[in-house]
Amino acid sequence: MNTTHPYRIKARFETLATQGQAALVTFITAGDPSADATLAYLQALVRGGADILELGVPFSDPMADGPTIQRASERALDGGMSLQKVLALVTAFRVTDQRTPVVLMGYLNPIERMGYHTFATAAAKAGVDGVLVVDLPPEEAAEFHVEMLAAGLAQIFLLAPTSSAARFAAVCRQATGFVYYVSVKGVTGDKPVDVAEVTSRVAAIKSVTTLPVGVGFGVRTPATAAAIAQAADAVIVGSALVEIIEQASSELAATSALEGFVRSLKDAMTGARSAMGAS
Amino acid sequence: MNASSDSQLNLADASPSSFPDARGHFGPYGGKFVAETLMAPLAELEAAYRECQADPAFIAEFERDLAHYVGRPSPLYHAERWSRELGGAQIYLKREDLNHTGAHKINNTIGQALVARRMGKRHIIAETGAGQHGVAAATVAARFGMTCRVYMGANDIQRQSLNVFRMKLLGAEVVPVTSGSKTLKDALNEALRDWVTNVDHTFYIIGTVAGPHPYPEMVRDFQCVIGRETRAQCLAQIGRLPDSVLACVGGGSNAIGIFHPFLGDTSVRLIGVEAGGDGVETGRHSAPLSAGTPGVLHGNRTYLMQDGSGQIIETHSISAGLDYPGVGPEHAWLKDSGRASYVAITDEEALKGFHALTRLEGIIPALESSHALAYAGKLAPTLPKDHIMVVNLSGRGDKDIPTVATREGISI
Repeated sequence: MNTTHPYRIKARFETLATQGQAALVTFITAGDPSADATLAYLQALVRGGADILELGVPFSDPMADGPTIQRASERALDGGMSLQKVLALVTAFRVTDQRTPVVLMGYLNPIERMGYHTFATAAAKAGVDGVLVVDLPPEEAAEFHVEMLAAGLAQIFLLAPTSSAARFAAVCRQATGFVYYVSVKGVTGDKPVDVAEVTSRVAAIKSVTTLPVGVGFGVRTPATAAAIAQAADAVIVGSALVEIIEQASSELAATSALEGFVRSLKDAMTGARSAMGAS
Repeated sequence: MNASSDSQLNLADASPSSFPDARGHFGPYGGKFVAETLMAPLAELEAAYRECQADPAFIAEFERDLAHYVGRPSPLYHAERWSRELGGAQIYLKREDLNHTGAHKINNTIGQALVARRMGKRHIIAETGAGQHGVAAATVAARFGMTCRVYMGANDIQRQSLNVFRMKLLGAEVVPVTSGSKTLKDALNEALRDWVTNVDHTFYIIGTVAGPHPYPEMVRDFQCVIGRETRAQCLAQIGRLPDSVLACVGGGSNAIGIFHPFLGDTSVRLIGVEAGGDGVETGRHSAPLSAGTPGVLHGNRTYLMQDGSGQIIETHSISAGLDYPGVGPEHAWLKDSGRASYVAITDEEALKGFHALTRLEGIIPALESSHALAYAGKLAPTLPKDHIMVVNLSGRGDKDIPTVATREGISI
């Protein structure tokens, strides 16, 4: 087993911390519209400045996602994407990139179907670093957690505007890698973020954990990314990237548009942190 | 059995099952598989429901509404002519079709609307397949002065246009769902998305014994009035318990409602009848307990219709109300434990049951209920004449008349 991967997420956050930077985490759906396209997109995201890659595992019933990511899942499933093929895609990505952390994000049922142990072993072997299962809260995660731990994979949990302070602490105790604060009540890509509100909630989470805190669900523009980067350790952008893929005239056009947009996000985040440091 | 012990909301019905456990699990099934945003609202709902269960005033109001608004108790009717024709078991029908709004669904929506009112929520949302639950939700919303939005698959809107108009008359907004297979499961996805977005002031009335904890337990408790009445009526009218109880199973709320009070009566066979569509062997059906595998969907672990990669597959049934790829987690547990058995009836067979009851008893049943009737029609002739069989006639068939006509090439 590749012994470096359990530490890829941690190493990335540590490096960024020494540079005074927040991580840019990008989400796209695996297989939208094909596995080959996704591989090219992932490489473009890294070129543009993505620090961590979140790869969506498509599911037929994506209950926590808005229409943009629902449509991406449908396109991917129409193209024959499956959890098994997502792992093959990560293996292919690792041929040229051993450093960028990859986190799978999806729903529990495909993982249940594969089996927790089989999945965890195969994911680690493929070069996955962490897994976020949207519909698996810590209360139901004990059995899965054991397999994730054994395979050296980070188990990333969500926190939400509805989570109590007591829950912040309880969830963080079970989480590894980083925690993901859902910045709005709603589905992915739904509403704009209230930066002031998010800033105070992130501070509350950071008071109970040493894990990095990422913020996502509603970050769509460089300006918002920059504002969030001043409060959080990571900024997660998804629906805006999936829209670029959906609207591009060709895969080549999507590849260059993704790279350019990610660069604009990263530049805005870097600028904001430098300004903060200077002030 | 007297009327008051018969009507306890807290189930003192000699059940060997204390399920679900504190985490909402029925053995390996059930649970709370939802995104973090819904964990707090579900905890809040459970706390409110526990208060209601312990409050005699709540129970009294629920029972008053069941009696005077719904029209309970519903009769237990001996279908003598049909039984004679079949030449075997004596079939009794639990007449949920005679409830206000025409199905068992209203038992649950009254209960949940009372919980919503206690929680101070003035806006309710619901999902619906055949439209019966949507109508029942719109009905209680009208009565309690709440606003109501119903999510319904675009395909179901087409096949149940009468119920869509009923909901609109009642003041509800009906939102067509065009994602996925455009049926009940997609309506549930969309209702969950609405709830997560408008969670502060919205109460989600789930129409069946599925979804995350505490819904499977709460909906069951509200529907158990069916089984408690049936049990008491059997003792009063026949002088003994029935030998078998049959009910159709989509999500499974009418079935769990009539089964649960009999769980401790081990002499009573419990048989759930799923929608076999074109036939279980064709793969075109909605029978996860008969031909599915366990998995996680809509907040709970249960039997599902899924492919080898864990994607939910499209279901098929003539009956919109049974066209669902999952089933309540308690049924999954009852199947595994062997306490209940589950069979499937095809569209064709269900139509035969529909016509048999209509012609021989003058009762037009819902296509959902017709599945249970069809299996009764197959089973009864194999049983002795002193076998007492109860079939839950969960709804009336007026809404299905256009479907039956189209299917049989008749224009009305």
